[in-house]
Amino acid sequence: MTDTTVNSIGAAALPKSRSYLATVGRRLRYDYVTLFFLAIILLVAAAAIFAPLIAPFDPLKTSMAFRLKPIGYRNFLLGTDELGRDMASRLIYGGRMSLLMGLAPVAIASIAGGCLGVIAGFIGGRVNTAIMRTVDVFYAFPSVLLAVAISGTMGGGVANGLMALTLVFIPPICRVSETATTQVRHLDFVDAARASGASAWRIIVYHILSNVAAPVFIYASSLISVSILLAAGLSFLGLGVTPPAPDWGQMLANLRQAIYVQPLVCALPGIAIFLTSLSFNMVSDGLRQAMDVKS
Amino acid sequence: MLFYIARRILYVIPIAIGVTMVCFSLIYLAPGDPMQSLMPADASEADMAMLRHYYGFDQPVPVQYLKWLSRAASGDLGVSLQTNQPVFGEVMRALSNTVVISAGAVLLAFGFAVAAGTLAAFNLGKPADRIATGVSVLGVSVPNYWLGIVLIIVFAVQLGWLPATGMGSKGSESFDPTSWDQLKYAILPIVTMALVPLGVIMRSTRSAVAEVLAQDFIQVLYAKGLGTFAIVRHAVRNALPSILAVMGLQFGYLVGGSILIETIFTWPGTGFVLSKAILTRDIPLLQGTILVLSLSFVLTNLAVDLLQTAVDPRIKRA
Repeated sequence: MTDTTVNSIGAAALPKSRSYLATVGRRLRYDYVTLFFLAIILLVAAAAIFAPLIAPFDPLKTSMAFRLKPIGYRNFLLGTDELGRDMASRLIYGGRMSLLMGLAPVAIASIAGGCLGVIAGFIGGRVNTAIMRTVDVFYAFPSVLLAVAISGTMGGGVANGLMALTLVFIPPICRVSETATTQVRHLDFVDAARASGASAWRIIVYHILSNVAAPVFIYASSLISVSILLAAGLSFLGLGVTPPAPDWGQMLANLRQAIYVQPLVCALPGIAIFLTSLSFNMVSDGLRQAMDVKS
Repeated sequence: MLFYIARRILYVIPIAIGVTMVCFSLIYLAPGDPMQSLMPADASEADMAMLRHYYGFDQPVPVQYLKWLSRAASGDLGVSLQTNQPVFGEVMRALSNTVVISAGAVLLAFGFAVAAGTLAAFNLGKPADRIATGVSVLGVSVPNYWLGIVLIIVFAVQLGWLPATGMGSKGSESFDPTSWDQLKYAILPIVTMALVPLGVIMRSTRSAVAEVLAQDFIQVLYAKGLGTFAIVRHAVRNALPSILAVMGLQFGYLVGGSILIETIFTWPGTGFVLSKAILTRDIPLLQGTILVLSLSFVLTNLAVDLLQTAVDPRIKRA
């Protein structure tokens, strides 16, 4: 009896899950605002990936003769920075670091925090208390402060920045995943699976994860924009990339001295950060609406 | 009620202890020997050994932590490597400056956000709602350190209406928000800081007021013939406790996360102290500031929670 029920449930679940994704896809297809911002993200990503092919100049080549030139000066499409480097090329290359710092910490934290949350929620009891109370402690820090505290003491650099941001995002993701796990842990279908002899591992992989993945994914997608803003903020404070490598936050910090000379050029890196973080926010909002089955 | 308050306060204690543990362990995150982080580079061997013993670094880590904690509890957070001043005094002086702009920002945001959020909730799906929602997304997406620079460019450099940075000639000792000479220095930082809480509070006002409007008693009020203004008053009053809670949390975030704004405006608050400490690798100052800021964040959260219980008679927590 057990075998057939499980199979029939599994078979019945399959087309439904496919149609869920299809529903989400159909909703997104007609959500032009989300599609527009998704296109911007893809554009920024493409520019970052193919930077060497697109960038008109070497982003590191300085020139004392062409310092702080305005937008559209000669061949410099977006002007030059305080060391005479081409702004357009630096912005294109800078996207690499911003996207990396936006996506990598959230991705790592989703896996680590997601697993921690599932473990805490599934095992419960003392393990839950131990994990969740530790998470509470890290939750008691404002995110900017925690990121600054960690990378400030460890010193600048990409690796330390990545680690700091990942640590910032693990606690909130862990909470989301723990809540989702506790909600489904005692539902009938989990009991049924256990009664039919499924191991804890099998229950987690087949039954829990499929219910935890969506809320974690939606929540994590909303953190990408936060991560980009925080990462650029860290390099603005000198805690990010080692100079001369181009990075939006650092460009903003270095050009701050030149606001009296070339205000427009100085505002450019900020616009790039703004546009990218706004796009991720909008796409994440759109995704949440599209994936919300109840509405 | 009293029991709830007592339990809530008791619950904060382990969190606060955890926070001090994290702050203590920062010393071990810093590369190299903790003593090197705490002492000037030119300290003599004898001084090092003496202070190593004083700080307890020759003892096991739990003992070190307890020693550090008891010193911190009595207000001794060590001495800044740069200024040779006690860290505690420096942080506390800076904290009041941070509170000034954070409170200003959160009040400014609250005023605009409640008005716009209520307007949006009364016009769900209509243009007014879309504009308000759009503004709140912009508010949370904009890098506020960049916005600060843009505001400086426009209002200080181009128009020359407001000072770009600093806190005025009087300095931080006697900040008086009623005198324009001093207040004008705070305007740009406050406006810049207000943007994120504006977006967040607006979003939660919109959903809280919309939730109240969906309840039956609103229909009764309409049926009774009340005007729009009276209904707005009823709806906002009902939604206010949860909005106030969001506002309090945002205030905590602003105080704790003021580093970027204060760096841009060279506003002499805790964030400025923090960025100075990072720049000069002044670990005692860094650690002390982070400890004070994180503990005040914990206390702000507690205060918000207790206030919400006091303000909202519907919450009868056992």
